Amino acid sequence: MTRPGGIATLAEHKRRRIDELTARTSGTGGVSLLRDAGRRLRRNPAAVVGAALILLFLVIAIFAPLVAPHDPVQRFPELTSRLTVDSIPGATAGHPLGSDPLGRDFASRMIYGARQTLFVGVLATLIGLLSGVLLGAVAGAAGGWVDVLIMRITDVMLALPSLLLAITLVALASESTQWTVIVAVAVVNVPVFARLLRGSMLAQRESDHVLAARALGVRGRDIVTRHMLPNSLTAVIVQATLTFAVAILDAAALSFLGLGDPDINRAEWGLMLGVDGVRYLEVRPELAYFPAAAIILVALGFTLLGESMREALDPKNRR
Amino acid sequence: MVRVVLRRLIQLGVTLIALMTLIFFWLRNLPGGPVDALLGERATPQTRETLIRALGYDQPIWVQYWRFVRNVVTGDLGNSIRTGEPVTAVISRAFPATVELALAAIVIAVGLGIPLGYLAARHRGRLLDNATIVVTLIGISIPIFFLGYLLKDWLTQGAHVFPPSGRISTGAGNTDVTGFFVLDGLLTREWDASADALWHLVLPAVTLATIPLAIIVRITRASVLDVLDEDYIRTADAKGLRDATIRRRHVLRNALLPVVTTIGLQTGALLAGAVLTEKVYNWGGLGTLITDSISGSRDYPVLQALILLAAFVFIVVNLLVDLSYAVIDPRVRVR
Amino acid sequence: MRAPGRQAYRRRTVIAAGVVTAVAIGVAGCAESDRDGGGKGGATGGTFIFAGAGDPKNFDPIFNDDGESFRPIRQMYDTLVTHRPGSADLVGGLAESWSNDPTGKVWTFKLRQGVTFHDGTALDAAAVCANFDRWYNMKGEAAQSQMIYYADVFGGFAGNPDAIYDNCKAPDAATAVVTMKKYKGAFPGAFALAAFSIASPAAMKQYDADKVTQSGDSFAYSAFATDHPTGTGPFTYGGWNKATGEITLNRNPGYWGDKAKVDKMIIKVIKDENTRKQELRAGAVHAIDFPAPADRKALAAEGYQVLERPAFNILYLGINQKNNPKLKDLRVRQAIAYALNRAQLVQTKGPGGSAVADEFLPGTVLGYAPDVQKYEYDVAKAKQLLAEAGATGLTLNFYYPTEVSRPYMPNPQEIFTVLANDLQAAGIKVNGVPRPWNGGFKDDVQQFGKQDLHILGWTGDYNDPGNFVGTFFGRPKPEFGDQSMTEMFTAIGAADATVDQQAKRAAFEQVNRDLAAKWLPAVPIWHAPPALVTTKNVEGLVPSPLTAETFNTVSITK
Repeated sequence: MTRPGGIATLAEHKRRRIDELTARTSGTGGVSLLRDAGRRLRRNPAAVVGAALILLFLVIAIFAPLVAPHDPVQRFPELTSRLTVDSIPGATAGHPLGSDPLGRDFASRMIYGARQTLFVGVLATLIGLLSGVLLGAVAGAAGGWVDVLIMRITDVMLALPSLLLAITLVALASESTQWTVIVAVAVVNVPVFARLLRGSMLAQRESDHVLAARALGVRGRDIVTRHMLPNSLTAVIVQATLTFAVAILDAAALSFLGLGDPDINRAEWGLMLGVDGVRYLEVRPELAYFPAAAIILVALGFTLLGESMREALDPKNRR
Repeated sequence: MVRVVLRRLIQLGVTLIALMTLIFFWLRNLPGGPVDALLGERATPQTRETLIRALGYDQPIWVQYWRFVRNVVTGDLGNSIRTGEPVTAVISRAFPATVELALAAIVIAVGLGIPLGYLAARHRGRLLDNATIVVTLIGISIPIFFLGYLLKDWLTQGAHVFPPSGRISTGAGNTDVTGFFVLDGLLTREWDASADALWHLVLPAVTLATIPLAIIVRITRASVLDVLDEDYIRTADAKGLRDATIRRRHVLRNALLPVVTTIGLQTGALLAGAVLTEKVYNWGGLGTLITDSISGSRDYPVLQALILLAAFVFIVVNLLVDLSYAVIDPRVRVR
Repeated sequence: MRAPGRQAYRRRTVIAAGVVTAVAIGVAGCAESDRDGGGKGGATGGTFIFAGAGDPKNFDPIFNDDGESFRPIRQMYDTLVTHRPGSADLVGGLAESWSNDPTGKVWTFKLRQGVTFHDGTALDAAAVCANFDRWYNMKGEAAQSQMIYYADVFGGFAGNPDAIYDNCKAPDAATAVVTMKKYKGAFPGAFALAAFSIASPAAMKQYDADKVTQSGDSFAYSAFATDHPTGTGPFTYGGWNKATGEITLNRNPGYWGDKAKVDKMIIKVIKDENTRKQELRAGAVHAIDFPAPADRKALAAEGYQVLERPAFNILYLGINQKNNPKLKDLRVRQAIAYALNRAQLVQTKGPGGSAVADEFLPGTVLGYAPDVQKYEYDVAKAKQLLAEAGATGLTLNFYYPTEVSRPYMPNPQEIFTVLANDLQAAGIKVNGVPRPWNGGFKDDVQQFGKQDLHILGWTGDYNDPGNFVGTFFGRPKPEFGDQSMTEMFTAIGAADATVDQQAKRAAFEQVNRDLAAKWLPAVPIWHAPPALVTTKNVEGLVPSPLTAETFNTVSITK
């Protein structure tokens, strides 16, 4: 126990875990560890299932225009003609899943939903990751008062539970757009990534390969970008995988609270579940069940893969 | 120890002041806000001007900030835009509701989570273990508001087993002593009210407990596995200590440390989960208050106070977790 | 049918059985209490539980402006003039009759005799005048800023040159004479506004009613407004349990009119429409307000009574002529009207009973013209008009609110999406701009006029065309942008100032014809009636077009 908990206990847990991980790997070289981890990952059924789910999701998202029978925002007369405020037509010829509350093709919206959900999840994760990594790298590389300042800021951000922080950010935004949601969900992850990277960098500062590089006269900036950052990346990737699942769940929660993406033309699973799904649960439960199932499967996929990766990278599991 | 606590208290103060200032200036720059929320649809432009003057929004921003700080320091966090009640009264009423709900959820999560996690670890790789892993993974991946809706749909609408919303039956006329309805019933010997409140608590608590339960199961399992792997357990085993003794004295005690941390961390997550759960079940606690103060009404005085409170609670809980570390793990005390 | 107080879920549990018995005994006990003049038919006694949709602000009528506050207020207070149940027609309230002089400035009220406030003091002309004088002489900007209806209807307070109130005299105890500085079309309808309920002067004095204090970003109200509301209504105040969201009202045994049939009523605040429905099904409440439009049919099929209120509202698509010069061209505005498939919107998204609107006021209001120009859905015509006006490729900023649901606009995002879709089909590019209702929408649309198009609506306060058309188009507003529509402002102002009712009707009919054919400052979309749902055993609840139900006529059969 190096330090008794703290405001950022969660982050320090991760840091400790990553410190240990990086310290051990740096001696033997990262590449062999990765290869080793990759081999163990392929043998882990959880990882395979997770990867398969993600792959399926990616394929649908990327090829949505080819897979989907229709345009997701077009309203069809054959659907609107039977649509009323209290009944939404089910499956008909050409519309395998029937209509959504506005007479659009629900199947196409589900398929395009993969694309929008991927978009929201990836961007929210990426923005959080990049800002977090930048902050963490600066803190870890600079040390001193810069480090203290950045870590205090992340402490303050961590002082609020994640979804609560996102809700507050949306409430405090001067506009409500899809970007408000993405940024709110992203900002929540900034301190996590920052802590993660800083911990990893600190551990590496004293590690053999960094010391060796320094002894060879490599410039400080190059040491950071060529040696320390790449080594921290595995940890970041693992965390990003897990973050993705949380991001799409948070986006759905925001929609449910009425604070999500206001453009209901956009087919995004969280939005479809949180707004229409809940509102029309009795009229047509499929509007909730399908997006919910999709979200669960995708979140499950990313969690499975992320957890398996973390487990595989844990030196304790090396046999 | 005293120094650690003192340092934390100073940190707490600094964090709160920073947050307060940030929120104040931020809210002043938002479109809409109190003026819109107070006016409704029928106000004339003259009424609007009167209101702006009455609220002092026509004064320089530093004057407003000074007044705000003075009020906060004297414990006046303003009044709810909606009901005109002091924010402190609004929050202190909602507080017990959420605490009651969160406590129930923690009891469920810990009471089920630790034994389940322990059992899963002891039966590593077998059916129980695998089933536990799958179920907890789904528990983490399901949007909990959706789970709440499903439970509600099945158990309050299809089969009328539980009440669909609220903390107690309408018109129950229970006596409000502490604001904790279950406890109040016991204190005033209104057993029926207690039972009624408890009955209302079941579904929301189960919904709210889902994620912490899943996480506690997983952490307990991992932690027990770690400890089982440690040398001293092997030594104890080799020494021929009885299985039960090992379990009690070594495994559980050591495995519990990360679990306690997790429980501490989950209090924050519980508050976030409470926002969703309370909306689903119209609970009337802090979560409901947060949603209500944002969505539609933009009741900024309430929102402002809630943010400060959330930060406050989270920091204090973390402090308590640190202290409990010291109790469980003697090594920490050295520092 | 499950009766409240005997929730089905409880029957399944031994532990809760005691509650059932206790409540049942309580109900039975109440039912035996003596009853004087319960009215015709229907069982009496018991507790009527009504699920409302939001917290009231306070219980001092003058400081309120929203339906959720007026709901309890209407049970506890009376107005001088009121509406016949189920309509917007005026009948006597505290005043048995009223009349005005030919100038329309002097209003004489003949008061009902023997009416007492809940505190036992008598309602007489002096008490009525005390109320009028209190409003006019209200001190302090904090208090004045909360008197939204008063400022709107009476133009201002003592010392303000726009204020139209002059004085109130009480020649005898039964006659109150209110004199205005000028005629206003809002009267006598505005006398029926719940905000202008008559409160007990003694109680207001005792509990310091005028004291409104500012604190931070909001206001605190007096003990009169929060704990001691004292009116003449069929129910007396029994407390507001904010922890459970229950407002309790007790039967006023000394009520001057039809005495309440139930002993007690509880208004339970349930903000979520879905939860209101579920509580109704669970048997925990007898009636709910504002069911989700999607649920009405299912609830009716399950045996609940769905009471549709006659439509008294309007949803419109506003057009702001300031930012885009093309919108000054009538042909472009007509093209927008032709482009909208309003019939389809009503069919697919309209709550039960809603209808396409051709004018900005419901058909039951004075001055509704039977023969205005109609804009049937016609995309070709819309495109042609746009081409003629040289406005092909038009791009418009369409503002719509989020985080809100209004009776005339249950789901703004859906309505926007459908309307925008229609406009796109006619070749108008739509740039949707969502804004939270209190977090920028009202500001941007009504204060700053940032939009080209927006959706907004209105629920009428009383049966007067000025309350609809006058509110929207009677004066220059940033909402519609153009200061140059003087012809419209003048015509509406003149119509509103007409004292003679027949002439007024004719004037407003012409205004409505011109609004549709000549001015078209906005496109009326629909009238969408809100509803109430009750359990089968609730009798006597009459839905009001003004959402102004009083519950003294409600009884619960076994």
